[in-house]
Amino acid sequence: MTRKQKKTLARILVSAVLLAAAWASPLEGIWRLAAFLVPYLIIGWDVLWKAIRNILHGQVFDENFLMALATVGALVLGDYPEATGVMLFYQVGELFQSYAVGRSRRSIAALMDIRPDYANIRRDGQLVQVDPEEVAVGDTIVVQPGEKIPLDGVVLSGESTLDTAALTGESMPRQALPGSEVISGCVNLSGLLEVQVTKEFGQSTVSKILDLVENATAKKAKAENFITRFARWYTPAVVIAAAALALIPSLVVGGWQIWLERALIFLVISCPCALVISVPLSFFGGIGGASRCGILVKGGNYLEALTRSDIVVFDKTGTLTKGVFAVSDIRPQPGFSKDQLLETAALAESYSNHPISQSLRAAWQGQIDTARVGQVQEIAGQGLLATVDGGRVAAGNARLMEGMGLSPAACDQPGTVVHLALEGQYMGYILISDQVKPDAADAIAALKQQGVRKTVMLTGDNQATGEAVAAQLGLDEVHTQLLPADKVERVEQLLGQCKAGRHLVFVGDGVNDAPVLSRADIGIAMGAMGSDAAIEAADIVLMDDSPAKIGTALSIARKTMRIVHQNIVFALGVKGLFLLMGAFGAANMWEAVFADVGVAVIAILNATRALNISEFQPKKNTK
Amino acid sequence: MKKTFKLLDLDCAHCAQKMEDGIRKLDGVQKVTVNFLSQKLTLEADDDRFDEIAAQAAKLCKKIEPDCQLVL
Repeated sequence: MTRKQKKTLARILVSAVLLAAAWASPLEGIWRLAAFLVPYLIIGWDVLWKAIRNILHGQVFDENFLMALATVGALVLGDYPEATGVMLFYQVGELFQSYAVGRSRRSIAALMDIRPDYANIRRDGQLVQVDPEEVAVGDTIVVQPGEKIPLDGVVLSGESTLDTAALTGESMPRQALPGSEVISGCVNLSGLLEVQVTKEFGQSTVSKILDLVENATAKKAKAENFITRFARWYTPAVVIAAAALALIPSLVVGGWQIWLERALIFLVISCPCALVISVPLSFFGGIGGASRCGILVKGGNYLEALTRSDIVVFDKTGTLTKGVFAVSDIRPQPGFSKDQLLETAALAESYSNHPISQSLRAAWQGQIDTARVGQVQEIAGQGLLATVDGGRVAAGNARLMEGMGLSPAACDQPGTVVHLALEGQYMGYILISDQVKPDAADAIAALKQQGVRKTVMLTGDNQATGEAVAAQLGLDEVHTQLLPADKVERVEQLLGQCKAGRHLVFVGDGVNDAPVLSRADIGIAMGAMGSDAAIEAADIVLMDDSPAKIGTALSIARKTMRIVHQNIVFALGVKGLFLLMGAFGAANMWEAVFADVGVAVIAILNATRALNISEFQPKKNTK
Repeated sequence: MKKTFKLLDLDCAHCAQKMEDGIRKLDGVQKVTVNFLSQKLTLEADDDRFDEIAAQAAKLCKKIEPDCQLVL
């Protein structure tokens, strides 16, 4: 509790005791009023003072004014216990509200606890802790096990594993070796690392993420704007209604005391606090929770829009596929084994640095003994000839085989084919292709389940490759052989197909699809850890490159919007009900205070549910 | 120039909105956001009069919500 809150609590206790004493005392007349005025003023002086101040400043119709008017009215009517009790209740509610908001502020802050407090710099052989903001680009920092990496950089020496969970929501640790890039905000798990800083603190990943999440509330969702507009009209409307309630029936049927009392009840209910606090708090909770899962959302409006996704368009390479080449099939001829084929290919290509050769070596996994490889001769556009273990090997495309008088087997699958021959005898082929991400098919199925009408893939690949991938993943539509400019055009066509009031989502890797990302209603960039361009261009950023996160984002958006709607309906419903009951004399002042403060507190507690993301996080490895 | 200030004891979301609306109308202010949840005020205003404008903004906050203090 803050000092202000403690002071309020003390006032509440003192005035509660005095109120009880005044109630129990046998005093009459003016003395009775005086006995109640003491606790009333102790608990309510600041409300009265603020009300007067604000009226002098031309700010009528705030909650202080309403409470002052209602309680002073009650005093005039002779309802001394009510006047004091309502003020007391109101302050209890305010205290609880301020405490609840403070708590959710803190839990959001804890969620965003990725800001490093210090950086270690070696000075005169000693480690000194300095503020990360003071570290310059090119400086060398030391990160000890258990510490957060304070700034983005490159590992100079040391080996370790890094926990990236705070950034990506991914529990699998990453390896850091000399030469690898490390991102601020990760936690160093095992070994000591020396890191050369490549970005100053303000430009580092941590600062960017914190900035983005904190400023996300500036982009308001429609539901939020509705509340702001609503609050502007609601309070004056209720005050006017209260005035009418006090005046008109008294003139028509008389009994002005009853009507004045009912009007005062109106005033107590009229504060729009519950809505004004809880709706933005729900959005902030949703955005904070999403960032904990490695999903950065740039505004409440995007969360709202996500729940109305109609068409989801994917870029293929790097989004649905890994964007790296790997061996996907090995077809040996009779008489040769798969291992033999792979081993021969890996050795023959061992001198090349081509991506194809790299993927062959990666698939074989054995240690390359260069002594086994003799003379290598490259044949441009066809492949190469090499001596492996003394045997003459040819590795390359179908033309190379045909040139040697061999008839290579036909391959109907998409990808790059490497045919192999040993001593003039055809051995078989190895298929190398871009691999579909393991969770891509599930991710697309999950989107369908969440009500996405159509999924589309755009790719620059040829038709056969594109259609094969689309069929494998269960996409509804595929557009192939597109140049980057064509993609914008296709997205515009698809935008026209969206149902009214629903949205088109584009998912890309953010590298060269910035124009498409900004053209779509919602642009999602994935694999953005460390990529500034992607963070700039997209509306939603996935820190890792798992397509399953799109479904997670949709679920979080849905949950957040559900909470927002619950709060709006609940707060308006309860207030409306009590206003009606108040008008017909069925609610007393105590109930009116609950309708105001109680609803606000319940709505705030409901809003904090948006922060809870445990249901969306992958289960931690127990190992 | 753009600068972020802390708002102490900002307890009322309605007031935060009023502060933002009020400061936006001050002469020389280009952009202002009051973030109720992070209790921060981000002010973008003319360079040469920045301190003066910030002081005006602080006064305005005090006027709207006497309990709340803008830390300059």
